Amino acid sequence: MAFPEPKPRGPELPQKRLKTLDCGQGAVRAVRFNVDGNYCLTCGSDKTLKLWNPLRGTLLRTYSGHGYEVLDAAGSFDNSSLCSGGGDKAVVLWDVASGQVVRKFRGHAGKVNTVQFNEEATVILSGSIDSSIRCWDCRSRRPEPVQTLDEARDGVSSVKVSDHEVLAGSVDGRVRRYDLRKGQLFSDYVGSPITCTCFSRDGQCTLVSSLDSTLRLLDKDTGELLGEYTGHKNREYKLDCCLSERDTHVVSCSEDGKVFFWDLVEGALALALPVGPGVVQSLAYHPTEPCLLTAMGGSVQCWREEAYEAEDGPG
Amino acid sequence: MAAQDSDSDEDLVSYGTGLEPLEEGERPKKPIPLQDQTVRDEKGRYKRFHGAFSGGFSAGYFNTVGSKEGWTPSSFVSSRQNRADRSVLGPEDFMDEEDLSEFGIAPKAIVTTDDFASKTKDRIREKARQLAAATAPIPGATLLDDLITPAKLSVGFELLRKMGWKEGQGIGPRVKRRPRRQKPDPGVKVYGCALPPGGSEGSEDEDDDYLPENVTFAPKDVTPVDFTPKDNVHGLAYKGLDPRQALFGTSGEHFNLFGEGPEGASNLLGDIGVNKGRKLGISGQAFGVGALEEEDDDIYATETLSKYDTVLKDEEPGDGLYGWTAPKQYKSQKESEKDLRYVGKILDGFSLASKPLSSKKIYPPPELPRDYRPVHYFRPVVAASSENSHLLQVLSESAGKPMHDPGTHSRHQLNASKRGELLGETPIKGSATSVLEFLSQKDKERIKEMKQATDLKAAQVKARSLAQHASGSRAQPLPADVGHCSWHVALSGGTATTRASSFKPFAKDPEKQKRYEEFLVNMKRGRKDALEQCLDPSMTEWERGRERDEFSRAALLYVSSHSTLSSRFTHAKEEDDSDQVEVPRDQENDVSDKQSAVKMKMFGTLTRDTFEWHPDKLLCKRFNVPDPYPDSTLVGLPRVKRDKYSVFNFLTLQETASLPPAQGSSEKVPQPRAPDKSRKPSRWDTSKQEKKEDSISEFLSLARSKVGPPKQESSPSVKKEEEHVTESLSDQMVNKEVDSQPEGEGSRPSMDLFKAIFASSSDEKSSSSEDEQGDSEDDQAGVREADFKSSQETDLVETSSGAHDSKLPPQDPAPSFPIQKMQIDQREEFGPRLPPVFCPNARQKLETPQKEKHKKNKEKHKTKKEHRRRKEKKKKHRKHKHKGKQKNKKSEKSSSSESTDSSDSQSDDEGTADLSPQELLRRLKRLPLRRQ
Repeated sequence: MAFPEPKPRGPELPQKRLKTLDCGQGAVRAVRFNVDGNYCLTCGSDKTLKLWNPLRGTLLRTYSGHGYEVLDAAGSFDNSSLCSGGGDKAVVLWDVASGQVVRKFRGHAGKVNTVQFNEEATVILSGSIDSSIRCWDCRSRRPEPVQTLDEARDGVSSVKVSDHEVLAGSVDGRVRRYDLRKGQLFSDYVGSPITCTCFSRDGQCTLVSSLDSTLRLLDKDTGELLGEYTGHKNREYKLDCCLSERDTHVVSCSEDGKVFFWDLVEGALALALPVGPGVVQSLAYHPTEPCLLTAMGGSVQCWREEAYEAEDGPG
Repeated sequence: MAAQDSDSDEDLVSYGTGLEPLEEGERPKKPIPLQDQTVRDEKGRYKRFHGAFSGGFSAGYFNTVGSKEGWTPSSFVSSRQNRADRSVLGPEDFMDEEDLSEFGIAPKAIVTTDDFASKTKDRIREKARQLAAATAPIPGATLLDDLITPAKLSVGFELLRKMGWKEGQGIGPRVKRRPRRQKPDPGVKVYGCALPPGGSEGSEDEDDDYLPENVTFAPKDVTPVDFTPKDNVHGLAYKGLDPRQALFGTSGEHFNLFGEGPEGASNLLGDIGVNKGRKLGISGQAFGVGALEEEDDDIYATETLSKYDTVLKDEEPGDGLYGWTAPKQYKSQKESEKDLRYVGKILDGFSLASKPLSSKKIYPPPELPRDYRPVHYFRPVVAASSENSHLLQVLSESAGKPMHDPGTHSRHQLNASKRGELLGETPIKGSATSVLEFLSQKDKERIKEMKQATDLKAAQVKARSLAQHASGSRAQPLPADVGHCSWHVALSGGTATTRASSFKPFAKDPEKQKRYEEFLVNMKRGRKDALEQCLDPSMTEWERGRERDEFSRAALLYVSSHSTLSSRFTHAKEEDDSDQVEVPRDQENDVSDKQSAVKMKMFGTLTRDTFEWHPDKLLCKRFNVPDPYPDSTLVGLPRVKRDKYSVFNFLTLQETASLPPAQGSSEKVPQPRAPDKSRKPSRWDTSKQEKKEDSISEFLSLARSKVGPPKQESSPSVKKEEEHVTESLSDQMVNKEVDSQPEGEGSRPSMDLFKAIFASSSDEKSSSSEDEQGDSEDDQAGVREADFKSSQETDLVETSSGAHDSKLPPQDPAPSFPIQKMQIDQREEFGPRLPPVFCPNARQKLETPQKEKHKKNKEKHKTKKEHRRRKEKKKKHRKHKHKGKQKNKKSEKSSSSESTDSSDSQSDDEGTADLSPQELLRRLKRLPLRRQ
């Protein structure tokens, strides 16, 4: 994740629906931006992974090869490869251009909830409901993982990777941060099953969402609570949360069909963006611009700020 | 573009000479053979080696001895118009140019000029100077030269001089007259070499009278020790003939003062001739007076005693005022004085060091004990037995340690707790060796009494059944003998039956029990005839044989039932290892504290645990991070105990993959075992395993009945057993498949045991919270437990192969693919679930699969409670409704743009009803392709 350079204009929230993609792949389990935010990936419950241009709404490629629904995907830093994990317990490494399966890593005992590349796309980290995180080596041909992080006592719902850390949220109510540089494991108890975690873009805080309908902003180094964000509904489902492109706002899905925006510092609700009648199950925030993707049911919505003007017509 | 390209080409920097590009079809050049390779100099001339006398490489002109002009050198030509310039030829004119090169004999290189060279003169020049001085017309003249030496001093000299140093003085801060006699001030730093402490105190008063307080002196100059090695065979301090004396006849004694005078080397040779008239010859010690000597002065050098020191005294000559300078200022401060002494003379830009140079500390080698012998020899190992105990004692005495009295164990036989006892430590809570020690006192008692009851009961049952078995097998004496051997091996194999007394299988018959105990004692001693000895001689042969069998099996039984528990509750092997880091448990210990902390929103230290964690080396490499523990081979958390006591590992501990069905009650023992026996290769194995399984399940069921309400039906293991009894063969196949899964979870002990042991577990909470969503209307404990169990099993079924999956549908009257998918989805769910596919009626969908899950379980396990059956019907009903809804949707599919894909699969499903699974699979595979 690159640090965004400061921009003169004030923070604007994406609240104008720019585009709605009917993905045609069953329920969209997850929607993810690529590294520069120009493309997005949707993980479908029909075992396919699709690559889109979200602004134009064009489908670029479909990746099929999973044996079950795809639950999460990520793109590499150089946009050359993708990884995905799904209900078939496999982690798949894809070649973007050819659409072929490069590697298929098997070893998880349960479905894979979340996958991430490391910074150089040499390792794939996958978290599964078998309460383990496995680190798969993309460079060698080894079939077994480099390391298995099995400290979690319950399923791993979210994994995020920085240059030297692995942040993992588990259903056992703990956020574990593995610091490779220090060789230490920091385990923060939150209590409620954790659905999503993420680093702030300055790398000093972690955002944790849990099933008690609360998001918490924790200091990364001390584990202290910096902020708490409530108002949305998250009691049963694994929903995503994230921070806005400049760390000004906290964004979370909700089960009542809205996306909630809170001011990060004040903790006040800034915007409740109505998306639709169902559950907003996944969202992704553009790395540098106020652009939001939400997934509800079988479609993906693309949101921009009010002032945004589309450069060209619908593609 | 093109211009840019050429520009960029010019910017390129290339090193070396590029190889010529090979022409098409051209052969690469052959390497030159060794004999054709020649050495040439830079002018292209051959260099050949000529041999030692002809000058090595390329002597002369083109390998001739001659010059460019040939053999005759150029003749001297001088005319009036053209005067030959008189050139002075130096040695260089006669040298080859190679000699002047870097590797020649006279290389021309940059060297330090004399201005910057140190004062140490080279030996040749010095000797030449001495010679010159000796032969100078005025013998002392060179001394003058020395005094008026031009500024040839080295830079270091000049710097020192500017700092106030004078020749002849030592270097360092000025000191008091007798620094040794001053009391060493601990606060004062000592620069340079510390003076030796102490000294004679008595003579202090003698010079204090005329020296003012603050007069300081430069330190004495230190004459460096001459480390000239002795490389001759003369006696010590022998000085051979002085060449000056030998050549020029001057007696060295007199001219010693002037001998060091500097002089140029150039006039050395020329001057010798001038001095021809002077006396020559050899003079000196032991040569007598020669004929050419005119005067016979001091032929035999007389040594007087006055030349020697007779008293040990200070080297300091005279009054000790050597290098004395008049005091500049008188100051009373003693502390700053040392610094100020230098103030006027410290160079600009420099300051006095505040810290002395740290001197290297040298530690003395450790003192050897007085009786240390620097020889080690290995004592022969003598096993302790009766005949060589004397030898042992002798050996141990020779080793210097007293013989241990037999009561105490040797050090290596003690474990940590015993050592702690010896040291008088209070036993540590954390280092309990068994899970049972973590239980509260009440629980312990309860378990204990249950265990006793169970043991007794089980043993009796076992013994009885074994006896029956034995009586059945009396006819064949051979297998009994085999058994005899095997139990002997098994029993004497190590599991010492020390606690056998607590186990009384024949309590009803005290005589028999006594015999049995005797047998055990004999067994322990390792006697082969243990059995025969203890048996009652008055018994008949048949009775004896029977009792023999009973005893042997009872003994076996004891071992196995005891080892059942020990196999589950592993003792910590790392207890004795001090290098094992005992990190507090991540999970169970203080979750309640943390929960309260979370409630109070006191995140931070209260909710954080920090562990040492070792990443894999390769992972570090891939992350471009240095390995934080470069010399550790450990990966992960450095705790081993964690694994042992983890509930999760516990659940998967069962290594016996295909266990016979668990026995709920002891009454049903013999019947269901019969088919299992046929599978087992060895009877003894079977009995062992059965016993293991039986005793533990009995223990569990008893525990359950005591812990919870005495509901026999709700106990899963009983249920399971019944199911197994009534289940069809196909279901057994399913179970086998399940068992052979890598998880091996097929025959877990019930959750109750773990609940009983780990009273407050976070895992239970999380699983229950998940369950609450579905069956809130159900009655609580039993059903949830059943849920857990069944969800485990269905899960396992799920994890088995897809082919197996396709086997299941026939049970379902009308399976529809998407529904099934949803079911599986929901069943696999442990944590937060995935949102439903279709948003508008999300609630409804959410309910349905949850129920279906129950339904499915029930289809598999048909013996369930009555009200649940009713519920099942209800659910079936609901499910039909659900299907109807889907059909509705399908009908409106054409108009709505919603999810063409799902309609796709639905249309497939329509055909599925009368399609073979293979066909279905084939179609499914084709699906994505078609979409592309």
